Amino acid sequence: MTVLLDLLSWVALLLGSFFLIVGSVGLLRFPDFFTRMHAAGVTDSLGAGLILFGLMFQVDGQWIVLFKLLSILFFIWLTSPASSHALAKAALHHNQQPLLGDEVRNRKQAANE
Amino acid sequence: MTIEFLVDIVLLGLLALTAIAIHKTRDLFASIMLTGIYSLLSALFFIVMDAVDVAFTEAAVGAGISTLLMLSCMPLVKKQEQPSRHHRPLGLVVVTLTGALLIYGTMDMPPFGSVDDPIQQHVAPRYLHQSMDEVGLPNVVTSVLASYRGFDTFGETVVILTAGIGVLALLGFRRSRAQEMQHRVPAMQQHMILRIISKLLIPPILIFAFYVQFHGDFGPGGGFQAGAIFAAAIILYTMLFGLSTARQVFRERYIHLLAAVGVLIYGAVGIASMLAGKNFLDYDALAANPLTGQHVGILLVELGVGITVAAVMIIIFYTFSGRLDKDDHKEPES
Repeated sequence: MTVLLDLLSWVALLLGSFFLIVGSVGLLRFPDFFTRMHAAGVTDSLGAGLILFGLMFQVDGQWIVLFKLLSILFFIWLTSPASSHALAKAALHHNQQPLLGDEVRNRKQAANE
Repeated sequence: MTIEFLVDIVLLGLLALTAIAIHKTRDLFASIMLTGIYSLLSALFFIVMDAVDVAFTEAAVGAGISTLLMLSCMPLVKKQEQPSRHHRPLGLVVVTLTGALLIYGTMDMPPFGSVDDPIQQHVAPRYLHQSMDEVGLPNVVTSVLASYRGFDTFGETVVILTAGIGVLALLGFRRSRAQEMQHRVPAMQQHMILRIISKLLIPPILIFAFYVQFHGDFGPGGGFQAGAIFAAAIILYTMLFGLSTARQVFRERYIHLLAAVGVLIYGAVGIASMLAGKNFLDYDALAANPLTGQHVGILLVELGVGITVAAVMIIIFYTFSGRLDKDDHKEPES
């Protein structure tokens, strides 16, 4: 049983770390504000969420710890999308337009030439 | 080369990078955010050093409230930093000299973490070994902060009250009734998602503040952190429903009163122990059993700290955003 719990915990922790790294790479590499924001959102909701989920398998009978982890998860899932939403709204409000298909391609070509 | 050492290096490196970035950027909004990141990084560094109480304070006050207060001033100033008119080379010389002197000063310090350090020989062993018998709290930090060093903490609380009074004296003049009646719909009221999420968050924040306040004897936390968190909830309320509504719910007059009441509670505990025949802030005298006396004393003292901190933070935020409201009303005239 403990081996199974450890295994699940490892899988969740590694997946969470993977999403954190992917999100950071995306934050640096994506072309415009909105896609970058999307990458940053992944680190919060999936990365941190999965790491907390992995830690939950390690509580080992200390239910108060499980409760604390669950409430952290709850508040992250509540606040992180809300802050992403606020960011996007503020960006749109200041006339920041998302880059669409052709523009991205043009920009890439311009960068390559 | 332990893992902890590597973590130290990475965190300190990030701190230095953040400091350089704050210096380099001309965008004030970015530098406010960077100071928030700086505080969060120092909080992480404190956690690595096992100083969770300090880390908690740094995260709540440094990264939370002070960033918020600086952001609330943003609309009053220009977006970009003005080019400085100071003599740059002179500043560089002063900074380099001060830095060199500080580094020279560390030469005399005993090696970090060594067993022979005065800190490990003198009072720390007493705190660690005897505080359970003398004060009886599982969290030694709270014992030291509120009991052994109660007088220092009293001074800190008075400093916070003084800061509140200073802000009020400089900026807190009353506005005329007519201006106050003009109800401005706050920006957050227009955004449904932000409004709902903030409304959902306010009650848990308040409950968490009380938890931190009264659980400080057993785990990280205490009056300073709880006060900052409590104030954060009320500041969120103010941002959500506007300053004039918040002023009706949390009346300024009572908040001014509460800021003083906190310090008075603290002082009164000290006087009470003097009247009972012991030293100022010696809580042993407060009950028949010295340990019970310590518990009662620390509870009251922490409550005083919490009330003062929360009240002063709210006063500062009210005053700052009060300035903002006034300027908004002026704009249409010009």
